[in-house]
Formats: sequence, structure tokens, C-alpha cells
Amino acid sequence: MISVRDLTKVFGHTLAVNRISFEVQKGQVVGFLGPNGAGKSTTMRMLTCYIPPTAGTATINGFDIFHESEQVRSNLGYLPENVPMYTEMKVTEYLDFRGRLRRMARPERLKRMDYVLERCWLTTVKHKTIGHLSKGFRQRVGLADALLHNPPVLILDEPTVGLDPTQIRETRKLVRDLGGDHTMLLSTHILPEVEAVCDRVIVIAGGQVVAQGTPDELRTSRRMQARVLVECRGPAKEVQTALSRVSGVAEVELLETGGNGSYISAALRSKEGYDVREEVARTVQQQGWPLREIRLEHATLEEFFIQVTANQAMGQIGQAKSAGGAA
Amino acid sequence: MSRAPVIARRELSGYFFSPIAYVALGLFLLACGAAFWNDFVPGQPVEMRHLFDWMVWILIGIVPILGMGLLAQEWASGTIETLMTAPVKETDVVLGKFLGSIAFFVVLLAPTLLYVVLLRVYGRPDMGPIISGYLGIVLVGGLYFSVVLFCSSLTRSQVVAAALAAFILALLTIVPFYVAGQASLPTFWRGVLDQAVYRRYADFSKGVIDTGNIIFFLAVTAVFLFLTVKVMESRRWK
Repeated sequence: MISVRDLTKVFGHTLAVNRISFEVQKGQVVGFLGPNGAGKSTTMRMLTCYIPPTAGTATINGFDIFHESEQVRSNLGYLPENVPMYTEMKVTEYLDFRGRLRRMARPERLKRMDYVLERCWLTTVKHKTIGHLSKGFRQRVGLADALLHNPPVLILDEPTVGLDPTQIRETRKLVRDLGGDHTMLLSTHILPEVEAVCDRVIVIAGGQVVAQGTPDELRTSRRMQARVLVECRGPAKEVQTALSRVSGVAEVELLETGGNGSYISAALRSKEGYDVREEVARTVQQQGWPLREIRLEHATLEEFFIQVTANQAMGQIGQAKSAGGAA
Repeated sequence: MSRAPVIARRELSGYFFSPIAYVALGLFLLACGAAFWNDFVPGQPVEMRHLFDWMVWILIGIVPILGMGLLAQEWASGTIETLMTAPVKETDVVLGKFLGSIAFFVVLLAPTLLYVVLLRVYGRPDMGPIISGYLGIVLVGGLYFSVVLFCSSLTRSQVVAAALAAFILALLTIVPFYVAGQASLPTFWRGVLDQAVYRRYADFSKGVIDTGNIIFFLAVTAVFLFLTVKVMESRRWK
């Protein structure tokens, strides 16, 4: 449905998007995740034919973004980042105008307008002027516009930004419901959003794809193994040695050593395939150290995100350094 | 089929929501009223020639105000992104904006028809020059709007667009008028100055409809519209 190959965008001397490639299958909801300035919006603007790529190509629903721009735009619903709209128009006027732009015949236009107004909870404000609406309502008008012509592909740039918690939940539910019928690429830097609505995640940082997979895959990927937290009372050094001898434990990190005789906590990273909790508990008991807590902590997507994006930044610094050293 | 009419319709209705358009409309009618009142006295010829001549000058101030936001506003508010990601061409947008403006321009001119009524009540005007005068004014308005639209495509700032447009219109209209009044000019420069808006327009207000003049206005308008399309295309390509 969406197929991106080596897409690149250079603004002046800035490399905004650097050879991005990915695929989105029909009916999938894919989250485009990355810190601010990672190149998410730029990529989306290229996919929606607003700006041309410097190099590389992409197809949407089989149409090339460069050579078949008009067909691409007909097959696409797009919610831009700041939801720009003609503020002097009424909601229905605006949607009617957008429908006409998209060559929708009158009966179809009216039918679809009713549908999207209902779907995006806009029925109560449909006769209001857009300029008088709150940010949340405007966001929904933008979403209604993107859905109006029932496009097979939806590209939403930060659809929940500026909404209150209830609206965020409603919008996520809407996105969830729309998945299946529509292929969707939505950008965000809010992690729970990705876990809540996306089938797949593409993490982008510094203009490059740094990871992709399902939220579960990313969480359980090798570098993000779960860790076991242990809290007990005992001499720090001895506790560390004893725990590191437990079979299956790869690494022991002392988090809090406390003073003499107070509780200490340690984080254990286990080798792949091991659940070390029982063994650790036995060891601590045998040594006679009072055990207060033992807990398996799953990696969150947030940690994954921070780790990959930080790695990316470090990688770039490293590259710059080595390039400087070579010169 | 082109999407220009859809955009033109939106543009026209946008004018009616714009306070600045009403200000411009008011100023225009006030200036025209003053010009007409000056002539509408016993003993003067029953015609609108002076009024039409004045309009050419008045519009240099009015059209930039009306048209400055046409594209500059789209760039400034970002609506250009939603507009251009719909399946429309740059040509549709430029043509639509232009046609919408011309439609509003006709609305702007409509109240001056009252003067025609007044002339007919108090005298027997020759309708020929009046009709050709209106035709000429619409052509002048078209040319002016194409210049303003072009300036509006260059910048996000409406003020810059208006100032630049007024400057170009002055170059096309006012300056040649005064320079041509100067003594001996080489034939070449006289030929160049003959291309000025004011000289091309003068025939219309006299009641002469010259195909050459019509072509002049349409051609200059087309050139500016074409340039606007090119600017629109190139701005996204940067």
C-alpha cells in the first residue's frame, strides 16, 4: 500500500531525511515514531506530494509520488501537523469545499459529509465558524477532511497533539476503528499512543529508520531484555558477588547501596531464556539476608525509544569524530 | 476538468468575510463618488470619461489591498499545504484565485452603475463610451489583479506583497504617464511608453474598442498569471 525506497530530502545543507525505506501493508496502522526534528513531518510531506524528494522514491496504492502525483493525492487523506484551515469558513462549508476540490458528486458529498461529521463528533458544531472552534474541534475537522473522500490511505501527522485526555482516547479509538479499512501511517512522539493503536512501529531518528517491528517485538528485542529487581539487606559487595554467581545472571548492577545495614537494591540482567527469580530468591535466603522485594521488570517502549534514539545520536557523534580523525 | 471554479467560489465568498475588503470597497466608492461629483454639474458633458480615467489611478491603491492576501495568506497560515495535497494543479489554484478576485472586482464596480442611472435621469448620455469604459476597466482590473497575485505568491507577508504590487503598478501606469509628458523622446522609448496601462486604456474611455488594446491587456495578464504558476511550482521545489 505504502512502499518507500531510499527516500531522501536535503534542505540547503541539512540532511533532513536520509535514505528511508519501509513498507506498510494494506489495512495496517503503522506508527511513525521519533523525537522532534527526526524527519517525520518531512517524510510525510514527501509522501503526500507536498514537497518533492531530493532522491529516492515511494509509491502509494501503486502510484508513484513523483510521476503520478495527482492519483496519489486522490488516494490519500492527509492531516497536516498544525491543521491549517480557512478560519472564516463554517465547518460544513469547509468540508463541502474540500469535497468539491476532490471532485465528489453532490449526493456522495452530502452522504460522506454526514458520515464524517458523525464519525468525528462534529455534529454539534457543524454550523460554527472554524476560527471559533477550540484546538480539539479543529483537529477533528482536519480528520473529517482527511476521511471525507474515503481514501484507501490515511497519513496523519500527530493526530492527537493539543487534545485533552478524553479527546485523545476518542481519537485513538477512531484510529483503531478505521484501521483495517484504511491503511494508515501516523506520526507521534507519544509512546503510549503507539502501543494503543499501532500494529507496527517505525522508529526514526536523525532522518534514518533506526528500528521497526510490532510494539511487542521492539519491547522484547534483544537489547531490551527484561531485568529483575532485587531489594534485600546485606553487605553490598557480598550481595553483588553472590548474585552474579547465580546461574543465568549476566550482569548485576547495584542501584542503591544505602548505608551499612540498610536495604540495597540491585538490577539483574539475565542471559537469554533464563528466568532467574527463583534461584536469586534461594540464594538470598541461604545467605540469610532479609529479602524485601523481587520483581521482574518489563522494558517499556519508552526505554527502547530512548535507547535507540540516544544510540543514534551517539552514533552520529561517533561518525563525526571518526570522520574528523581520518581527515 | 479544472478545479479553478471551486477555488474561485471559495475566494469570492472569502472576500465577503474579510474586513479589509470592505475597507477597500468603501475607499474605492468614496474616491469614485468624489470624482463623479466633481463632474456631475450642469454644463458638463453627460459622460463618465473622467470617472473612468480616475478609476485607473484609484485602483492602483485599491487592488493591492484587495489582492495582497490571495497567496501570501495561504503561505503564512499554512493552508497551502492542505490545498496542494488535494488533487489540484498549481494552474487551478492560480486561475481560481484570479477568477474569484475578478468576480469580487465586478461586485466592487456594481455600485458605480448608479452613476449611469443618474446620468440617464438628468441627461441623455451616449451609452457607447460608457459600455466600452466598463469593459476597459474590467480589463485594467484583470491586469492589476494578475500583478498583485504574482506579488502575493512571492512572500508570506501581505504588506510586502501589497507594497511590491503598488510599486509595479506604478511603473506600469503612473511613471509612463508623466515621462510621456516630457519633451522630445526617442521613438523607441515613445514606443515603449505606449505600452503603458494608461495609454492603452485611454481609447476605451473614449469609446474606442481596439482589438490591439484588448490583446495588450489580456497578454500582460496572462504573463503575470503564468509567472505566478511558475513561482508556486518553484517554491515547493526548494
